[in-house]
Amino acid sequence: MSPKSLVNIGDYSEEDILRILQTAARFKEKTNRDLLQGKVCATLFFEPSTRTRLSFETAVNRLSGRIIGFSDAATSSSTKGESLKDTIMMVSNYADLIIMRHHLEGSARYASEISPVPVINAGDGSNQHPTQTLLDLFTIYETQGTLENLAITVVGDLKYGRAVHSLIQGLSHFNSSFHFVAPEELAIPDKYKAFCDKKGIPYREYTEFSSDAINGSDILYMTRVQKERFTDLMEYEKVKNVYVLHNDMLNNSKENLKVLHPLPRVKEISQDVDDNPKAYYFQQAKNGMYVRQAVICDLLGIEVE
Amino acid sequence: MRKELQVAALENGTAIDHIPTSAVFKVVSLLHLQKLNHRVTIGNNLKSSKMGSKGIIKVSDKFFREDEINRIALVAPNVNLNIIRNFEVVEKKKVVLPDEIIEIVRCNNPKCITNNEPMKTRFHVIDKEMVELQCHYCELKIRKEEIELI
Repeated sequence: MSPKSLVNIGDYSEEDILRILQTAARFKEKTNRDLLQGKVCATLFFEPSTRTRLSFETAVNRLSGRIIGFSDAATSSSTKGESLKDTIMMVSNYADLIIMRHHLEGSARYASEISPVPVINAGDGSNQHPTQTLLDLFTIYETQGTLENLAITVVGDLKYGRAVHSLIQGLSHFNSSFHFVAPEELAIPDKYKAFCDKKGIPYREYTEFSSDAINGSDILYMTRVQKERFTDLMEYEKVKNVYVLHNDMLNNSKENLKVLHPLPRVKEISQDVDDNPKAYYFQQAKNGMYVRQAVICDLLGIEVE
Repeated sequence: MRKELQVAALENGTAIDHIPTSAVFKVVSLLHLQKLNHRVTIGNNLKSSKMGSKGIIKVSDKFFREDEINRIALVAPNVNLNIIRNFEVVEKKKVVLPDEIIEIVRCNNPKCITNNEPMKTRFHVIDKEMVELQCHYCELKIRKEEIELI
C-alpha cells in the first residue's frame, strides 16, 4: 500500500521510490495529461519559495488540475493568529490535495495527521523536503541508468544541508558509497555517519576539495556554503572560495559523471562548468516537475499509463 | 534494635521506593500528585543501603494505571512500586519505559511545530536503556539529561 501523504523520504520504501521514478519517467515522455481534471490542489506556502512553488504549480497545471492557495504567510490567515490545524481543516474542505511549505519543523507531519486529504511536504524548516530527494534520485537514475552501486561525492555545507541528509537516506536502499567534502565547521554530523555505519554504507571524509575526491565518482553533488551558517566569520572568509568547482577539476573525472546541485547556486560552481556536458543541474531542476506530477498522481491513486 | 520506619506506614495505596533524590519532585509532577486530594507522604534524602540516599513517595488509597507509572521511567528508570493493601505489600512493580511518550516531554527545538501550535507532544523512545527520545514531528533526538518535562 502506498503512503497516504509524503512527509519524509524515510517513509518511502525502495519499492515506493522506484514506483515514483518510473511514473516520473512516463511524465518526462509525455508531460501534458488530463489526469487531474475536476481536481483542486492547494499550495500553502507559509514560507515563500518561488522555485518550489512554480515547480509544483506547473506540475498541477500540466495535469489539468486547478490551484488555490497562497505564496506567503503574510497573505494567509496565520497572520491573524489562526492555528495550522484550523487552516488545514478549512483548506481540506475545498481541495483534494494539500502541498505545504512551512518554516516550522514537523508541521508537515502534523498536517498529514489532521488532514483528511493527502499532504505533500514541500519543505518543513530545516527538516525534510522529500520531493527534492525524489528528483535527485530520478536524475541520478536517469543519468546513470541505475541507482545501484554508485559512488557519490557531496560537497559544501554537509552540516545543515537538508538535501544532502535526505539524499543519504534516500540512497540507503541502493548500495551507494559516499565522499563527504566539507570545511570542518560544516562537516557531516555524527548522526548521519552513524546512519551510514548502521546501513553498511562506506564513506570517506575530506576537508579539501580537489579532483581526488571527484575522479572515482559517478555523481558530484554540490551545495551552497552559506555565510549565515558560520559562527566565526573569519572561518567563512577562509573557506568561501575553497569549495568551488572549476571546469578543469573535471578533466580526469569518469565519463558518466554528472554534476548536480539543488539550486540556487551562488559561487560554488563557476560559470565555465555550465557548458561542460557533465553539468546537469538545470535538467535536474526540470526533472522536479515530472517527479512532482508523479507524486501527486500516486497520492491521489491515479494510474499513469 | 528496633528498626524505625523513615516514612509512616501505609494501610492501602502505593509506595514508590528507591527514587534518586534529584528525581523525587519530578516524580511528584509526573504523577500530578500536587493535584491529588489523597494523603501523600514525601520523604527525601533518606538513608538507603543500596543507593546511599534516596527518596520515597507514599500515596494513600491510590493505585496508578500502568501508563501513569511508566512515565516515571523517564526520570527514574529503576524505581520500585509497592502496592499495599491492609499494611501488606501485595504486588511489586518495576517501571518500564513505553515505546511512545505523549504529552509529558517538551521538544527542545524552538522551531518544532509542537512548541508553536496547541497540540500534544509525541516522542518515540529510540533507546530504552540510555533513555533517548526522538520527536515524532521535527525528528530531533533528545538525550536523557536534556529531557524537559511539560
